[in-house]
Amino acid sequence: MKNKKPKGKSVSYAKWGYIFIIPFFVVYVLFTLYPQFLTVYNSFFENYRDGLTQVGPRFVGLDNYKALLTPTSSGSIDIIKYFGNTIVMWIMGSVPQFVFALLLAVFFTNTRLNIKGQRIMKTVIYMPNLIMASAFSMLFYTLFSNVGPIKPLLMQMGIIDKTFDFFFITISVRSLVALLNFLMWFGNTTILLMAGIQSIDESLFESARIDGASSTRVFFNITMPLLKPIFVYTLITSMIGGLQMFDVPSVLTNAKGTPDRTVMTVIMYLNNYLGGSNNYGMAGAISVLLFIVTGILSVIVFKTIDRDKG
Amino acid sequence: MNKKNKMASIQLALTRVLVYAIILFLCFLCLFFFVMLIVNASRTNNQLQRGFTLIPGGHFFYNMKNAFADASIQIPSGMMNSFIVAASSALLTTYFSALTAYGLYVYDFKLKKLAYTFIIAVMMIPTQVSAVGFVQLVYKYGMNNKLWVLIVPSIAAPAVFYYMHQYLKATLPLDIVEASRIDGASEFGTFNRIVLPIMKPAMAVQMIFSFVAAWNNYFLPALLLTKAGKKTVPIMIAQLRSADYSKFDMGKVYMFILLAILPVIVVYMFLSKSIIKGVTSGSVKG
Repeated sequence: MKNKKPKGKSVSYAKWGYIFIIPFFVVYVLFTLYPQFLTVYNSFFENYRDGLTQVGPRFVGLDNYKALLTPTSSGSIDIIKYFGNTIVMWIMGSVPQFVFALLLAVFFTNTRLNIKGQRIMKTVIYMPNLIMASAFSMLFYTLFSNVGPIKPLLMQMGIIDKTFDFFFITISVRSLVALLNFLMWFGNTTILLMAGIQSIDESLFESARIDGASSTRVFFNITMPLLKPIFVYTLITSMIGGLQMFDVPSVLTNAKGTPDRTVMTVIMYLNNYLGGSNNYGMAGAISVLLFIVTGILSVIVFKTIDRDKG
Repeated sequence: MNKKNKMASIQLALTRVLVYAIILFLCFLCLFFFVMLIVNASRTNNQLQRGFTLIPGGHFFYNMKNAFADASIQIPSGMMNSFIVAASSALLTTYFSALTAYGLYVYDFKLKKLAYTFIIAVMMIPTQVSAVGFVQLVYKYGMNNKLWVLIVPSIAAPAVFYYMHQYLKATLPLDIVEASRIDGASEFGTFNRIVLPIMKPAMAVQMIFSFVAAWNNYFLPALLLTKAGKKTVPIMIAQLRSADYSKFDMGKVYMFILLAILPVIVVYMFLSKSIIKGVTSGSVKG
């Protein structure tokens, strides 16, 4: 493109390039970059409100990070526990998410199976992705709570007894979070993986079929290896999204992460410091840790994209 | 040979049954909770207490009237605020992303490559990382409870920019820009009258996605909008959760939830085809 244009012309229009991109950069610097810098800056300061008195800001070096990584009286480190919770719930939701998405993507693209009604099916499975996560979670809370309709239904079927409470047991609350995340994301993943499979040269499948290869062999020897870059990409973006898990567990547990903070996620922890006491120091330190973890994952994403392009 | 063919076709038929069963089960799972929601939103509190049924209760508009009249959760104001934020964000984010993409695609200038690399590099940084500093700034300058602090940042959306840039690369021949210049159009005139119409499909898709994202956004608005008349819908839904809602009229609770998701569902019903197409082409958004 550069070489096509006569040199004189491109010089005279150069200022328009700056004019067109200036709004973006001004807004980005003011509303994202500077706040990002402030976040990191804050993490080295003691700065919070205790009732009506403002404490700090006072430079404390790495004290916030130390406080964050110091074990509590029970011997566990809160931030590690919450990273653990987040990852466990992400895995519980994303394993079925990727298994079913992969299955559906293979089904939908298989010309021999020739699935009818694909458009309406895709429309249905993608829909939950657009639903307000907080409203979806509130719906789940209403349906699964003690006064909701699901509990009597399961009691009639003899699966649970009267004392059972979905929101008192770690595994059941985590399962509800995972189920919500699964429902919200498997359709999206299906559509992305489908596009990946469709970009594979059809003649490869054709010749494998002529050679008499079974569907499972085709899947493991052709589909999977060629889909790998896109698969890894969706997996890692899903993980980055998973680390930011907030709306679902927060609304489901009324921001408490109950029972016994086993459903508390990293962003819920951050939110607690930001919302109540405006503890910018501790909140900043949590953000920096999250930033580092996400950064590492992003690098992996770019590595896979690069390799994809060759 | 014939036998073998028969075996194969039976096997295919069986596979098909299994495949349809899996797909239909997942479709059922996706629809089940929403059917429950719509049915329950049409039943009175008394009807709801009698247990679950799939037969609508006939009090849909009664519940809607009650929901709209509720004093503590002012859903009409919430929907209005959400709409203002979502619609303005969608317009700003698509227009300025297209403008930035055009600026970096058509013009040659010294910092071009640097600017492009910068935007791509920051694309993956989650918004929560800047949240602490953003919240601090907003409170410092007394801009909390102002809707525009949630709207203006959408001018700079790296992922939408990337999508627009890809789209321009695929669809906009530079000859058109040259031709427009020869016709005497200004640079902004060329962009607004020639380029934007070409970008319409991309604009529409991104407008829908950013509208939905803003409509559903809970984390940041909840930290910044604390005054009753300024809250958006997701904040009210969370408020519903924290209230002792067992004393509530449950028909009304279901109606609140339905009202929160209804606008997006309606949009989806009309535009599902282009939305689903947009998922793959904008796959970098993840």
